Amino acid sequence: MVLILLLIIWQVLVPLFEVPEWLLPNPYQIGLEAVNSWPNYSGHLFATIHLSILGFLIGSSVGLGGAMMLHLVPKLRETFYPLLILSQNIPIIVLAPLLVIWFGFGLLPKLIIIILVCFFPITIAALDGFRQTSGELLHYMKMAGADRHEIFWKLEWPHAMPSIFSGLKIAATYSVMGAVISEWLGAQEGIGVYMTLASSSFQTTQVFVAILLIMSLSMLFFAAIVLLEKRIIRWKTSGGGNLNG
Amino acid sequence: MAELAIEQLTKSFDGTEVLKELSLNIRDDEFVAVLGPSGSGKSTLFHLIGGLYEPDAGSILLGGENINGQKGSVSYMPQSPSLLPWRTVLDNVLLGAEIAGHKDQQAAIQMMEKAGLAGYEQSYPHQLSGGMKQRAAFIRSLLSPQPLILLDEPFSALDEFTRSEMQKWLLDIWQHNKRSILFVTHNIEEALFLADRILVLSKKPARVLAEFKVGFARPRAEDITLTEEFLQYKKDIYKVLKKGTGE
Repeated sequence: MVLILLLIIWQVLVPLFEVPEWLLPNPYQIGLEAVNSWPNYSGHLFATIHLSILGFLIGSSVGLGGAMMLHLVPKLRETFYPLLILSQNIPIIVLAPLLVIWFGFGLLPKLIIIILVCFFPITIAALDGFRQTSGELLHYMKMAGADRHEIFWKLEWPHAMPSIFSGLKIAATYSVMGAVISEWLGAQEGIGVYMTLASSSFQTTQVFVAILLIMSLSMLFFAAIVLLEKRIIRWKTSGGGNLNG
Repeated sequence: MAELAIEQLTKSFDGTEVLKELSLNIRDDEFVAVLGPSGSGKSTLFHLIGGLYEPDAGSILLGGENINGQKGSVSYMPQSPSLLPWRTVLDNVLLGAEIAGHKDQQAAIQMMEKAGLAGYEQSYPHQLSGGMKQRAAFIRSLLSPQPLILLDEPFSALDEFTRSEMQKWLLDIWQHNKRSILFVTHNIEEALFLADRILVLSKKPARVLAEFKVGFARPRAEDITLTEEFLQYKKDIYKVLKKGTGE
């Protein structure tokens, strides 16, 4: 509702103040452009979808695997946790040109960027999920004779599921952003390329189409994770309070 | 063989002696209650039997075998039901057996039926009432293959009415599925109603102050709690407890 209202205000104000299209197009013009130039950008769109999904899958696997290792080997955790946070303090925009210098213009530097933005939210969420297992349940498992392996797979892993999904949701939206940034570096195709070309030739309407595409993609990925979560986590009630009920 | 023999068990934490030369034993299929003031080291005793810690001195023998520091030798029912919220009730009652490596789904379904949990096999724990969760937790310990069950104040969080219902239910199901039971409680009446034998523990460092053989015939009806004999037991135990904690 709010979104529609904003669009209406935008639609009304732009002609009212006689803003030229190259400065700020109105929503109708953007919509028209999005429909008409589909053949021009569809290739770019699919390239970005492909890149984001690949990066997201690798990034989440790295994130989950990393979280499991850090959780199961406390020594590793002490050593690598600070490094993990440090890795997020380096601005991607600074790192990107370096990656190009080291790895060229191929797929690898782009994937590295997406992995870097994706793994962090998942690792942190999963680590917290593993660690916040209820003490009561842990105590029961130990008294029942469960070994480390059983405690992890029967208790900590399912307990962390909801947090892991929170991490996945964040990572899924980041992956699109990561893909677009990586395409700015120099790629043959992708929304990032489309956007750069559009803005350098003052095709502002096309820049807005690119923004629209990025937003839609992020939302689509987000929705896919939510759907997956609903299928996998059935024991959670909407009412909450599921531990003691 | 389910005989539990604890001999001269001693354990300290940070220089405080919690258990001092504590000895007790439980015979096959015997129901023994341990009564003690709070903070008397009852849970430490359970943790030692459960193998979470090694005793400083003494030994714990189960069926003649030393189980010092060996996890998984006994079955355990904690104070809170501790059911895993992501497992169905059926998968929850099978958890103990699963960890011990003897899973029998058919037996579990039958046991749930006897326990009045039929129809809840595929429900999740949050859909059960407090009493039902405790029943599921007890069935979980019954379905584990270990011959001795430790019960750690299992009904202390329930309201008075549910608690007395649960005590009757527990006796009934135990009558048909005999095991050795070590039951910790701080409720004298509960111990008298349930147990064959009551051991009264002292304050820290804990040792056995007195032992009472409870002579009521089984199966027991609720009205034994109103008899003169029951009251006399209660007085005697109360005196020992009072003296033990007043030292």
